[in-house]
Amino acid sequence: MVVWTDEERAAISDIFSKLDYDDVGPKCLSRCLIVYPWTQRYFGAFGNLYNAEAIMNNPLIAKHGTTVLRGLERALKNMDDIKNTYAELSILHSEKLRVDPDNFKLLSDCLTIVIAAKMGTAFTPEYQASFQKFLSVVVSALGRQYH
Amino acid sequence: MQANHTCAVRPSRHSTSTHSTSATGYNMLTDHEKELIAKIWDKMIPVASDIGAECLLRMMTTFPGTKTYFAHLDIRPRSPHLRSHGKKIVLAIAECSKDISSMMVTLAPLQTLHAYKLRIDPCNFKLLCHCILVTLAAHMGDEFDPVAHAAMDKYLSAFAAVLAEKYR
Repeated sequence: MVVWTDEERAAISDIFSKLDYDDVGPKCLSRCLIVYPWTQRYFGAFGNLYNAEAIMNNPLIAKHGTTVLRGLERALKNMDDIKNTYAELSILHSEKLRVDPDNFKLLSDCLTIVIAAKMGTAFTPEYQASFQKFLSVVVSALGRQYH
Repeated sequence: MQANHTCAVRPSRHSTSTHSTSATGYNMLTDHEKELIAKIWDKMIPVASDIGAECLLRMMTTFPGTKTYFAHLDIRPRSPHLRSHGKKIVLAIAECSKDISSMMVTLAPLQTLHAYKLRIDPCNFKLLCHCILVTLAAHMGDEFDPVAHAAMDKYLSAFAAVLAEKYR
């Protein structure tokens, strides 16, 4: 079981409290598709992904980015049992979507960078460490049902 | 748990006007990307100690295993060791960004240093690169847009790969 210190809980809550999901979600997903273009393989049905501008203006990507971030909120609300919270989502990603679990780390790194750009130096090294730990737990839980 | 990226060669989706001709095979930077990278690092030179110290501090706080390489230094925030070491790293990256095509030549002494003296496990380069990107994002905000991020990530990956080339 993951043990969270009070400081870590406070940092993670604070970060989420400052997030505009409709802004950060789209930015995070589109950034991932631009910085790591091979991740586009999962988005064949999402329309024009031809270049960075097309990706950033793509409404289907934007909507999906928000969906992903709302999914992350479930982990925030269940920090003491992220493993079970994500059991179904893990099966979905493994069996239906067939996403290589390494991609979860790529998306989480992009999210970290989008948040750093928004929060500036308020995203301290300690905040970064807490958030990294949170994302590592999420990534691990999402990869758990892959067999 | 650490953020580990697979170090795969990435297919370039950008226009292929000119690529750096590095022998490592990381020829993925367009002229525009090289200019962007050089411009960003040029701005960091006057604040190299601050930026460098922040990158190192982020790395050691977020990925505590990396602290094992710094047992001989005082790595508390604002320590002079952290600032001077951080400055060295930033200046090396900035210097190299002025002529990315000559990366193999410019980095030859650092390759030897890392392979035979420092012997830092190369998985740690990825961790520092990530923290450099986070630091740049925190200071540049929206200016560190996806295109700049992609270019910088490619550059730092190539830099790290070249540094590790003499390891074995």
